[in-house]
This record gives sequence, C-alpha cells and structure tokens, in this order.
Amino acid sequence: MQTAKYNFMAKRRIFFGISAAIIAVILLCSVIFGVQMDIQFKGGALVSLGYQGDVSISDVENTIKSQLGNGISVQAGSNSSTGQKSLTVNLPGAETVATEELEQLIATLNEKFSGNEFTQLETQNVNPTMGHEFLIKCLVAVVSACVLILLYVWYRFRKIGGRTAGLFAVCALCNDLLVVFGVFVIFRIPLNGNFIAAMLTILGYSINDTVVIYDRIRENRKLLGNKMPFEEMVNLSINQSLRRSINTTVTTCTALGVVCVVSVIFDLSSIFTFALPLVIGMASGLYTSLFLATGLWVEWENHKQNKLLEENKK
Amino acid sequence: MKKKGRPWHFYLVALLILVFTFTAFFGIHSTYGDITTVYVKGAEDIRFGIDIRGGVDVTFMPDGEYDATEEQMAAAEEVIKKRLVSLNITDSEVYVDNNKDRIIVRFPWKEGEAEFNPEQAIQEIGATAKLEFRKGTSTEGELVLEGKDIKAASPAYGPLKDKNQNEYYIHLELEKEGTEKFAQATSELASSGGVISIWMDGELLSSPRVNTAITDGVASISGNFTSDKVVSMANQINSGALPFALSAESYSTISPTLGSRSLEAMVLAGIIAFVLVAVYMILNYRLVGAVASLALLGQCAATIAAISGYFGVFNSFTLTLPGIAGIILAIGMGVDANVITAERIKEELKTGKTLDGALNSGFSRGLAPIIDGNVTVIIVAVVLMAAFGPTDSVLAKVFTPVFGWFGAATAGTIYSFGYTLLMGVILNFVFGVAATRIMLRGISRIKAFRNPVFYGGGKNANS
Repeated sequence: MQTAKYNFMAKRRIFFGISAAIIAVILLCSVIFGVQMDIQFKGGALVSLGYQGDVSISDVENTIKSQLGNGISVQAGSNSSTGQKSLTVNLPGAETVATEELEQLIATLNEKFSGNEFTQLETQNVNPTMGHEFLIKCLVAVVSACVLILLYVWYRFRKIGGRTAGLFAVCALCNDLLVVFGVFVIFRIPLNGNFIAAMLTILGYSINDTVVIYDRIRENRKLLGNKMPFEEMVNLSINQSLRRSINTTVTTCTALGVVCVVSVIFDLSSIFTFALPLVIGMASGLYTSLFLATGLWVEWENHKQNKLLEENKK
Repeated sequence: MKKKGRPWHFYLVALLILVFTFTAFFGIHSTYGDITTVYVKGAEDIRFGIDIRGGVDVTFMPDGEYDATEEQMAAAEEVIKKRLVSLNITDSEVYVDNNKDRIIVRFPWKEGEAEFNPEQAIQEIGATAKLEFRKGTSTEGELVLEGKDIKAASPAYGPLKDKNQNEYYIHLELEKEGTEKFAQATSELASSGGVISIWMDGELLSSPRVNTAITDGVASISGNFTSDKVVSMANQINSGALPFALSAESYSTISPTLGSRSLEAMVLAGIIAFVLVAVYMILNYRLVGAVASLALLGQCAATIAAISGYFGVFNSFTLTLPGIAGIILAIGMGVDANVITAERIKEELKTGKTLDGALNSGFSRGLAPIIDGNVTVIIVAVVLMAAFGPTDSVLAKVFTPVFGWFGAATAGTIYSFGYTLLMGVILNFVFGVAATRIMLRGISRIKAFRNPVFYGGGKNANS
C-alpha cells in the first residue's frame, strides 16, 4: 500500500489558523486604509502631462488651479524606463473636465512655461453615472460567473464527495478571491476593471485545482474503500497530486511573474496591477486547494464520525 | 494489438506546427515594387489597441436628457463614421448602445502625426452635423433648407412617379417651415430645370435636379442609387436633422509615446515566459516536456493567428496589453494538460508498465481533469467578454438579459484579455491534448526514443 510522504492533514488546524490570520489582516487593512475606487467606477478625471526640462511644480499647480479650480491635486513623477517627466493632475471627487477645458489648459501651460513643452500623455475622464453603471455591471459579471461556477461545482461534485465537499471547495475559492481583493487593498491599488478580470480569472482557475485533488480522493476511496481512515486517505491523495498541483502553479506563476518583473522595469503600471494580483491569487489557490478545502472536509468527516460514535455510546 | 502511432506522425505534426508558427508570426507577404500584398496575416498585421498605439476612446451621448430613437442613433453613428474618415482615421471602432443611447468610438492615433491633440479630434467628431440644401451646385448658392427644416429621411425602393421602373430613392419629409421654403424654391427652379445641392459639413452629398414644384413637404431624391447609398444618405440627412448635440461624456486618451515601448516590453515578457516554461517542462519531464513545449509553441501561434485574422474566415481582433497578458497566462496554464499526462505516464512507468501501456493509461486517465480545468476557465472568459465587450457583440447579445441593463464598459482593454484567454484554453485542446498525443505516440515508435528514461521512467524499467 502506498504511504504518504508528508502528513499535511495532521497540521490542518495550523492551516486554518493561517487562513484566518490572512483574512483578518485583509479585512483590517481594508478598514484602516479604506477601499479605493478607480475613476472607471466612481467617475472623475485624471490628466497626465509630460514636460521637458525643469519647472517649478507649485507654479504649474497654481496655473492649473486657476484653470480647473482649487480642488485639484498635482503629483510629479517620471517614467523609470523612458525618463519622461510627468505631472498627474487629479480632479476632486467625481468632477470631470470637458475637452475644451483640457485643450485650453495645455495651451495656457505652454504659453506660461514655453520652454517646458507640455504635452498630454494620458487622460481619463469618466462620467460618474457611467462609472457607477459599469461598477454594477462588473458586480453582476462576478455574480453571474459565480453562479455558473457554482452550478458546475454542484454538478461535478455529485460524483466526487457530495455537495458538502463542494461547499468546502467554494470556501477555499472565497479565500482566494479575498486574497486578490487584499492585494489591491494592501498595495493601495484602486479597484478597477483589472480587479474584476483578476477576480474572474482566479474564480475559474482555482476551483480546478480543488477538483483535481477531490477527484483523486474519490479514486482512492473506490480503490481502498474502508481500509484506510478518511484523514489518511485525503493525505495520501494530496501527496499524489502534489507534484501536478505545484508544477502547474509554478509554470503559471512563472509566466505571470515574468510579466510582473517586465512591467516594473518598463513602468507599465496598468499591467503590473493586473499581473500581481493574479500571481498572488494563484499561489493562494494552490495553498487553499491543497490544504484548506481538504482540511475542512477532513474536519467535517471527523466531526460526523465522532457524533456517530457518541450516539452509539448512548 | 494494432500499434497506434507511427514515426511519421510525429515528424508530420512537428513540421506542421513549425510551419504554422513561422507563418503565424511572420505572415506571408510579397513585395512587388512599392506594393506589398499580404497573403497571410502575421503578427505585425495585428490591430493593436489604443493602449499600445495611443489613441482615443470616447463615449458620446445626446446632450441633456434627450431620449433618442434607434433611427436617430443610427444617423448619429453615420455622421461619426463619416467624420472619422474625413479625419483620415480608417481603422476606428464605432458601436452604438441603443439601450443607453450611447455611441462608443475608439480610434488609434495616426502614425507620424506630429501633434497629439485628441481633444480637438473628439470635438470635431462630436460636433453637430451641418446640413444644408442650397440652390445650384456650389456652397455659395442661396440657402434653401437647414437641418432643423427636415423632419425625416428614409431609404425606399419602388417605382417613382412618371417612371415604371423600380429603383432606390430617398423619401424626404419636411417640417412645416421647411415645406414653405422648399415649395417656394422648387417652384422657382422647376421651370428652369435647376438643381438643389445637399451639403453635409461642407461636403456634397447629392445634387438632384428639380423636376416639379414640391408643395406638400414630401420629396424623393433619386438618381441611380444603390441600396447601400440610399441607406447611408438617409442616415446622413437625418443626422443633420438631429434635434440634439452629442457630448463626450467619458473619454480617455493615450499618447502614442506612452504606449510605444509597452509592446516591446510585453513581447519580451512573452518570450522569456515561454522559454522559462519550456525549460521547466523539459527539466521535469524530459522528452514529454520537449514535445509539450513544441505543442505550446503551436498554441501560441494559433492564438496569434486567431487575433491577426490568419484564417480569412475569422475576423481579426484588437489586441491590447491585457490581451497579451492573457496569451502569456495561457502559456503558463496551457502546460497543465501536459503536466497531468506526464505525471501519469511517470507514475505508470514506475509501477512497471511498458512504455506503450504507460502512454495509453496516461492519456486515458488524464483527460477528465484537463476538461474540468478548461471548462471553468471557459466560463469566466465568456463572462469577461460579455461584460467588457462591445454591447453589440454576439456574446453581449446572448447575455443581454444579464448585462443589457448596463451601459458599455468604461475599461475597453479587458475584452481582449477575455478573448485571448478563451482562445488559449480552446486551442489547448488542439495542441496540448490532441497534437501532443499524436506526437508522443509517434515519437515513442522511433527506435532511438524507446527508452523509458526519456519519459520520466527509471533506468532499469523494461522497455
């Protein structure tokens, strides 16, 4: 008979603790830092201007204020890969800027600071109503994907371990989604379309790992029947699937990790804020499907067993 | 038992993948003098999104709370398209969201354009169309009608008065004030066989001859038109009569200089990711890993082909930065099928099975988890495309009961990610599963590669 190399299930309480701690930290951070919404969702305007040479930021800020109102904030920066110096202008709240105003602003800046050649790099201007609608549409997308995945889990788990097992798989999935959310909160990335795309990708990707392990448990159950305690059998199944789970996650995380590194080097923040949550979400998916989904199931089965024993005693 | 697989199966599939990869990346072109003919589209023929090329993404809405009809929105769309062409922008995307009365326009910034002034372009595209009916054939002619004088124009087909032949024509209805002005002008012109010219933003649409005085405010414009021509002309005339102006409610612009290096960066990331994954697979699974890497190359090439429009029957797709991230993600996820199979083969070889037996059970027992994994990713990719894509796409229509109540996405680049992810997963069945199997069976028939060591087995296993 095969024996398991590592006894993961003996440490399942530790894994529960780790998960609980991670969830607590994420929730705490989201309360302390607050959850930021991107312009895509809340509406508003963001204008990024490029310039040459040196310029007094406060002078420029005052000029912009005289054009767009006092509430604006200006942030200076430069692209680490191209060396392009830039100013990012944030409008307060969900205020938007009309195309005429923007054209006027750049003309005025170039008039006043003629040596600095102000050009526009990027503009984002979203009507708040459209932003809110898009947010709701995104939430509906997440919910409908969840429903479809749940239907799939419900259908698929009839054969492999029953609906309770499916429920634990969903618990693990929620943990992963919360981790993706946590990456956005902890790195102070405003929630945007990338966030939704990352959530959905993890939703589709992570459940798969769990299904593969549960499948193995089902296979072993058929093979070994009642010869082996459930806990030991789950442990054996994890050990058998370990290489596959790790290798698949390693290749996926490697591919995305490369994207992360390259996006940092080339200063592509829109890609970095997309790839990083995916990498961490996938790593979390590996962890939860190996240890959390299985651990919870073992806990449940043991609980059931104990109850049965107690009842028999009476 | 009949042996499955022959060595030539391996050579043929491998060769096909290599040829396909080469043509998918580089395309097939011929240059004769200055004229380049594209026979098969390569990677450089891909239409890149505005986050890479720089450009404008703008959502127009009728100004104020005006509730526009579908005809009016179609007319507004027509105007926008016409203006894009006159601005020399040929590869724009324009789509209408009728539920929300919105027109979404995306266009890349023209290459070589010195000054990046997207605000001006947005204003030009969204400006109220200026429709004029003038006497004679020049813009100097006396003004007869303006946009507000016109009630509606519609395309029609049938026999006109005094003629027996069916033809395409435009049916024009005028407002009360317009009827009076038109009656006066046509009575004047009909006697001398004069002409009324129709101008849109200073461009001549048509200059019909006035045959009779038109006093009832209903006119027809004919002149050997095709059906497309009358539809487009009716839309143009309607757009000049639109009772609302378009305002750019949401817009985003990206300067071409900002996106220029991002493509290089992502291509670099893709190459590094592919090499790393291939090396990892070969180190772990030896020959099986090498075959998997070849299949993965085919998968990437096929994804590129699905974007560039390599196969003429499929439309090309716009590729954005998240789209490229999707291709790279699919590289990492794609080998899952091979990992599952290779692990099984390894296991079976360890239990002492023969090479052929191990391959067979590796293939048969590995299929269920592969399908499982891909089904869930397909589900989310489809939802992504429906939620983030154009509101007139096929998927959006399927999901109308769910997403139809909401407007278009304010993040236009994610759609491409959904598409590349979906393609990556579907093509994984073709390459990661089917092609890999044919190649593995074939290569296992080659004498030099009969040793189980190549497949992850032990040295002393029986062959």
